Amino acid sequence: MYDLLTNLLGNQIVAYVIAASLPLIFVLTFVLFAVLAERKVSAHMQDRLGPMRVGWHGIIQTLADMLKLLQKEDIVPEGADKTLFNLAPLLTFLGTYAAFAAIPFAGIYVGSSTAIGIYYVTAVSGLVVAGLLLAGWASDNKYSLYGAMRTAAQIVSYEIPTAIAILTMVMVSGTLSLMKISDMQTAHFWNWWILGGPETGIVKFLLIPFMIITFLIYYISSLAEVNRTPFDLPEAESELVSGYHTEYSGMKFAFFFLAEYANMFAVSAIAVTLFLGGFHSPIGYLGHSLGIDWLVPVEQFFWFTFKGTALVFVQMWLRWTLPRVRVDQLMVICWKYLIPYAVVNLIIVGIITLL
Amino acid sequence: MKTPEEVYNILKEKFGEDVILSYDDSQPVEPVISVDPLKIHEVGKFLRDDENLLFDSLMVLSGVDDFNGKKVKDEEGNMKEEGRTLSVYYNLHSMKLNHKVLVKVSTPIEDPKVESVEHVWRTADWHEREAYDMYGIIFLNHHDLRRILMPDDWGERYPLRKDYEDPEYYNGMKVPY
Amino acid sequence: MALKTEELVLNMGPQHPSTHGVLRLLVELDGELVVNVKPIIGYLHRCFEKHCEALSYNQIVPYTDRLDYLASMSNNLSYVMGVEKLMGIQVPERVEYIRVIMAELQRIASHTVALGTYGLDIGAFTPFLFLFRDREKILDIFEATCGARLLYNYIWVGGLSHDIPDEFVPMVKKFIKEFRPTIEEVNELLSFNKIFIERTANIGVLPPDTAINYGITGPSLRGSGIKWDLRKNDPYSIYDRFEFDIPVGEGKVGTVGDSWDRYWVRMLEMEQSLRIIEQAIDNIPDGDVHEMVPKRIKAPKGNVYVRAENPKGELGFFILSDGKNNPFRVKVRPPSFVNLSVLGELSKGYLVADLIAILGSLDIVLGEIDR
Repeated sequence: MYDLLTNLLGNQIVAYVIAASLPLIFVLTFVLFAVLAERKVSAHMQDRLGPMRVGWHGIIQTLADMLKLLQKEDIVPEGADKTLFNLAPLLTFLGTYAAFAAIPFAGIYVGSSTAIGIYYVTAVSGLVVAGLLLAGWASDNKYSLYGAMRTAAQIVSYEIPTAIAILTMVMVSGTLSLMKISDMQTAHFWNWWILGGPETGIVKFLLIPFMIITFLIYYISSLAEVNRTPFDLPEAESELVSGYHTEYSGMKFAFFFLAEYANMFAVSAIAVTLFLGGFHSPIGYLGHSLGIDWLVPVEQFFWFTFKGTALVFVQMWLRWTLPRVRVDQLMVICWKYLIPYAVVNLIIVGIITLL
Repeated sequence: MKTPEEVYNILKEKFGEDVILSYDDSQPVEPVISVDPLKIHEVGKFLRDDENLLFDSLMVLSGVDDFNGKKVKDEEGNMKEEGRTLSVYYNLHSMKLNHKVLVKVSTPIEDPKVESVEHVWRTADWHEREAYDMYGIIFLNHHDLRRILMPDDWGERYPLRKDYEDPEYYNGMKVPY
Repeated sequence: MALKTEELVLNMGPQHPSTHGVLRLLVELDGELVVNVKPIIGYLHRCFEKHCEALSYNQIVPYTDRLDYLASMSNNLSYVMGVEKLMGIQVPERVEYIRVIMAELQRIASHTVALGTYGLDIGAFTPFLFLFRDREKILDIFEATCGARLLYNYIWVGGLSHDIPDEFVPMVKKFIKEFRPTIEEVNELLSFNKIFIERTANIGVLPPDTAINYGITGPSLRGSGIKWDLRKNDPYSIYDRFEFDIPVGEGKVGTVGDSWDRYWVRMLEMEQSLRIIEQAIDNIPDGDVHEMVPKRIKAPKGNVYVRAENPKGELGFFILSDGKNNPFRVKVRPPSFVNLSVLGELSKGYLVADLIAILGSLDIVLGEIDR
């Protein structure tokens, strides 16, 4: 990608800037539609219509909301620590956005095809916790503080099952590079890691149930990492008003919002890359059969977004179906169930791969 | 199942006429038993625990300003009010025996003191706070006698007394509007 | 060196998403653990009792609407029964039937709000809207009857403000048919949801003797396993003519008297209300809906205490009359007021999230607490 851009523009810096801002454009567009989708999905699940006024079926409702948020007064509470208060939303969004750098959207586009992609993503998304903790602390609000403490406990705990699940995938695939993991699952959907990957014979069949378990563990803990119901305790409207972003308004609130939705897609994208064939088509490429080369990346991008969005849809679906767990139950789920299962799963998968 | 009259007789036998003051059945619906305000907690405890009565539930406790004062002239010729009382009505009910009784205590408005029955029926806790808030009836031995509906700094004004007048200002805000 | 620690005082409300109005809770917290709760009320005080002393008996009816604004019909009924008892008025059969149907419809409407918002408190959003959709149908029936959707002023001393319209009976029948599936839907979605049960079972257990001593009434009392319903135990109006059961908490998923039991009793009560309506709707006798009552009501000197089983518990009116046009004193016994007083004792030692769950399960309305 860089080579292409560098050759095209003749300037490495410009090429880098363009390559780096492509995910931003994607994230912004995605959030714009995801917010609307969330409202529409929830509405239709609840026998409502959702936003209907702005544009056809409310299609530009989110734009109108953005406009409203831009115009809002930027309120900083008197007792707040101003520097940290302003830094927190940026840091939160930064952590999420940085993760997009290593996610392969298509065969020709990945921000950085580093060899340790998945390791980098896991590490850099830890930055989000710092941002949320800062937000809660700097707000000088008891609800925010409670939200922040909950966030910290929750995300740090749930990073362990996530990491173990990812470790399992690294073990079976033998690489840390997201690009390589994607390429292993090419051609057809039975090459997806959730269906045993490119392995053959008895190993593949032995792997399938444990891959499904790994996927579920990853997906559940990723829900907790992005603070979605049933694990939305840090925001827990009925208890903590809005948790860590109680005191935020206007654009700063929008940044938290942006980060939340971008994060939803980020974790789904990792799930897609690790388990569901990444950007590869499950049924072969039209571009290949027609002999049109440029169509292949477009198809890849489509499949990647499609799979990612499908997982995001499941997140929304869960949110509008399930109640919220309590803080001690949250910890019980993590430490007493997910982590032991993940470890046992890791060992079994390790033995199978040795076969 | 006991009629109010039987309850009255049981009470009179137990506590005597000094405590159980009178029985008024001139009312069209419910007769009233009047009790000494400083002994009501003992009467209440008896009413709750006696196995023939078992009044385990206090349905409602209402403060009332009887507004029965008589205008009299004192030595200097100024008009003043005398004999005005505040009352507290206790509507009792037994869930086990399914009978009801209405008990009343009256206390002079200058020094309205009534024993609290909060320890007998916990229902009375907030109801007594309300009666204190609205009428200024002091419930002795109540563990937490604060205003409940009116603001804490409303002063020595009790809005449900019949001669209550709004203050001009409350914390700098004009009250009548 | 020993660490110096102190409790964190969190001021919940009067503006808070789940205090069900303008209730303020002064919560002392040790981490997430509730050490002490002090409810502070009075933010919605409207001087109802003072107003009553300046209004005639008829004029008070619309004010009673505003007590428990989610069950206005039931408030009307309770107050009106008091005045009628004081004056010795017998109302026509037709009126009694319509009153019972209205009160039961109102009970369902109030319970849908209680259960829906309880779901919200726990974090489930969808059941709330499902239940509101059906509450809307009840409000449509009320609107067709008297034109109002929230504050009806429908039940008058000695009768009703309007007769029911022709489409009333088919509307109610249609509603009964449509509402039963909703109950099942909500059961599937919320009542037997694993997370919901984990959140509410064994939380806020209210032992029966404490409940009686605190004067808890209504579904909250029945949740503790006490079969006590004024419609059966102290029958008023014509409730003794109908067959229905009194659901009580049985500790189906936890201990008797926990939050889930209180929730479940409400769920079962809606079914029983449907049964009563079904029995009443076909038997409404013909006749007039206005008993001959003088325009200016003069109640005889005396006192009366009436109570009725409202959706939230026992709503009582203690009316003291001195024989004039206005009542001398009207004291309301609001069920929510009494039920809320147990909150402090009930929620000690639980987590913040449980405090919300317990408060929601008591189903309070600030309109009648503050009056």
